[in-house]
Amino acid sequence: MRMDLIQPFIGSLDAVLAEMMKAPANIVDLTMEEEGYRRKGAAAVVSFKGQIEGRIILDMDPAAAAHIAGLLAGGDVAPEESLVSEAVCELANMVIGNAVTQLNDRGFEFRVLPPSILAEAQCDKAGHDSEATILRFDTAQGSVHLNIAMHYLARRTHEKVQVG
Amino acid sequence: MKQFEPLTRKGDAQPVRYLIVDDSVFARKSLARLIESFGGQLVGEAADGLSAIAEYARTMPDLVLMDITMPQMEGIEAVERIVHDHPDARIVMVSSVGYQDNILAALQKGARHFVQKPVKPDALYEIIRYVLNDDAVPASVATGENSQ
Repeated sequence: MRMDLIQPFIGSLDAVLAEMMKAPANIVDLTMEEEGYRRKGAAAVVSFKGQIEGRIILDMDPAAAAHIAGLLAGGDVAPEESLVSEAVCELANMVIGNAVTQLNDRGFEFRVLPPSILAEAQCDKAGHDSEATILRFDTAQGSVHLNIAMHYLARRTHEKVQVG
Repeated sequence: MKQFEPLTRKGDAQPVRYLIVDDSVFARKSLARLIESFGGQLVGEAADGLSAIAEYARTMPDLVLMDITMPQMEGIEAVERIVHDHPDARIVMVSSVGYQDNILAALQKGARHFVQKPVKPDALYEIIRYVLNDDAVPASVATGENSQ
C-alpha cells in the first residue's frame, strides 16, 4: 500500500487525539491484515468512493473509547454504554475527514460516506484488491487501532491501459 | 470549559439564537456546550439536511452551525435551500471534511464561513463574531459596562 496514502491518516489521528486528549498518541505497531480483522473494543467504519476506494476501521480499547465519549459528552461515560460507540463514530469522522481533506487537496478525488458503528466482532478479510494495514497507537487510556484497506483506482486504470 | 464573554443580539440584548445541524449526537452535544459557553441560546437541533430546513423555518435562528456529510440530505444542499428561502440566513459549516472544493461549494451556496472539526472554541467564537458582524456584540458592550 502506498505510504503517501496512509500518512495523512496517521498524522490526522495523532493530531485529533492530541487535541482532544491533550496528550500525545504514539504509534507502536504496524501489521498487515492476513486473516480478517477481530474487533478489539468499540469500533466505527468509514467507507469512501472515488479515485481511492476502500474502508477504514477505527477501533478503540473500551477504556480509551469511554474516555473519548466522556470528553465529547462533557461527563463520565461507562465503557458499556451504547453512547461509547457513537463517540467512536464521531472520532472516526474527525480523524478520517481531516485525512481525506489533505488527500483531496493533493488532487485525489473521492468522497467519504457517513461513519457507522462496527457491530461484528470478526470482519472478513479486506477485498482481494485491497491490502489492509493495521496501525496501533498507545494513549494513556489504552490502545487505538486504525485498520486501513484501500486501493487507488486511477492508477489501476492507467496500468491496464499500458498493458493492453 | 473556558467561558467567553457572552455574545448578545444588538437589537434587543438577548442571547444569540442557534440551530445545530449534525447527524452525530456527540457533535451536537459538543457544539451545544460551546454555544452555552458563548452565552448563546440553542433553539433547535437537526440530524440531517431535510430536518434542518424545517427547523430553520420553525425557529428562525440568528446563526446555524451545519455539518456537511449527513444522511438524507447533505449540508451543502441544505444550505442552498435555506438560503434560497431565507437570503439573510447566516450559516457556518462545521465539518471534519474540509477540502477546498467542499468549502468552495458551501460558500457558493451561501454559507458564510467554515470551521474544521475538532472545533477549537476560540476559533469558533471569533468566526461567530465575524459572521454576525454588527448584529451581535459582547454583553458588556450591549449593557454599556465598558462605556464612560
